[in-house]
Amino acid sequence: MRRIVVVGAGPAGMAAAAAAARHGVDVVLIDAGAKLGGQYHRQDALAPGDAFVLPGNVEHVADATVWAIEPVDGGHRVHLRIGPADGPRRHGRAVEARALVLATGAYDRALPFPGWDLPGVFTAGAAQALAKGQGVAVGDRVVVGGTGPFLLPVTASLIGAGARVVEVAEANAAVTGWLSDPPGALAGWSKTGELMRFAAALARHRVPYRSRSAVIEAHGIDVVESVTVARLDGLWNPVPGTERRIEADAVAVGFGFTPQLELALAARCRVEDGFVVVDAAQGTSAPGVFAAGELTGIGGAALAASEGEVAGAAAAKFVGAAVEPPLKAMARVRSGRKFAAALNAAYPVLPGWQGWLRDDTIVCRCEEVTKAALYRAVDERDVEAVRSLKLVSGAGLGLCQGRVCGRNVAELAGVDAAGFAKRPIASPIRLAELAEEEPVESPIDAEESGRALGVEY
Amino acid sequence: MRVLFDGEEFEAEEGQTVAGVLLAKGVRSWRTTRGAGRPRGLFCGIGVCFDCLVNVNGVPDVRACQRVVADGDDIRTQTGAELPS
Repeated sequence: MRRIVVVGAGPAGMAAAAAAARHGVDVVLIDAGAKLGGQYHRQDALAPGDAFVLPGNVEHVADATVWAIEPVDGGHRVHLRIGPADGPRRHGRAVEARALVLATGAYDRALPFPGWDLPGVFTAGAAQALAKGQGVAVGDRVVVGGTGPFLLPVTASLIGAGARVVEVAEANAAVTGWLSDPPGALAGWSKTGELMRFAAALARHRVPYRSRSAVIEAHGIDVVESVTVARLDGLWNPVPGTERRIEADAVAVGFGFTPQLELALAARCRVEDGFVVVDAAQGTSAPGVFAAGELTGIGGAALAASEGEVAGAAAAKFVGAAVEPPLKAMARVRSGRKFAAALNAAYPVLPGWQGWLRDDTIVCRCEEVTKAALYRAVDERDVEAVRSLKLVSGAGLGLCQGRVCGRNVAELAGVDAAGFAKRPIASPIRLAELAEEEPVESPIDAEESGRALGVEY
Repeated sequence: MRVLFDGEEFEAEEGQTVAGVLLAKGVRSWRTTRGAGRPRGLFCGIGVCFDCLVNVNGVPDVRACQRVVADGDDIRTQTGAELPS
């Protein structure tokens, strides 16, 4: 039996599953959500049915958490808990496969600022997920802040869910300016059309959109009541005297994205500069492990789907299916990466954000570590890397496993953030679940897996 | 369907998450932190940050943004670190 496992049912994972299935390979497609689509194609959870249909030989395992991946002879074993989130009634399952496509996506990077731990401060992704999936606006008067084109669809979704967006604060140059004059060869790229439509929607609703500005403080006792927005200089230091207080009951902030690397690291894939290294067939440094989508670089849904198609075909070939190189998808990947590189270069996170923090500003939300406590720990002890940073400061030791604070505290402490993504238990599970024995489905035939196989396009 | 939040009955719909039900009702926080006892509610909305923890049917540390409600769920504010009851 030819079978692969795909983790993540967003644009990349769905495309990978469909591509492998087209080549006659059975696919186990695992996702945390109830419906297909991931974050980008998030469906209305209150509507019946699923908008996406995948081929019959794709088994969609919904509501499933992959909590570990371990290398076994000839492939990998993927450990799941399936059922209502974090409840005691989830059941276990372990699936083995010779080829694995990782399409675990990314989540918003949130930078800390005074008051960011108040209820009413959300990530931009939260505002988007609640609006699209649950039909709820996170507030009535919302300020959107951060950097990059993602702020535009988030604002549009908030308006669609009934919120009034009182301001959008873009920390870099205006996205609209970049879109109307993208660098050279990128003009006419389809993605710009989509974003221009969002920009037009903002203009129609008269949403003030300010560039080189940021929310540098949220005010309130137990919930957000107002925010301070300031102009930023070229390094994101607030310009004195430009602070404005804006009444708002919610803030949605997003400063780019962080890939979900832990499963790729567990599968021993090489990571460079924060992303999984892949070849032209989306193959990682680990034989039989392919990666697609935001794991390999932040590039959006269209690029993710193209990478997924390539990865799915390559994984099918790896398990023995007859596959022609998906040349069209490979060409789309190449041009998509050029666009993504230009966009990412235009929307960096600059170090001035560190000056937004005060001594008592929380930097690690889980363990309630303040900036002063972090600096004290770093000053008093010998901190060379993430591991010692976590142990001396407590930052990153909480339930989110350093997902939210990792890159920020690493930057504050001056260490490389890479180690934060090492999470042998990829998602918190309960002790009883860990203790439970789980049957392993269709173990890999050791003799068959003994063949040397590779994918070269 | 109906669910309970700290003893109060809330209407809920098939497919709603705990966070979806609470935010629609204007509830912004449903947990206090272990250290400073500060209020917390939804933050990342996609299961990453573990800030929106809530007690569901006696089980603490359930992510409100990930848990889909079932009829009769007993949802309670979580105070600091709690053990299952």
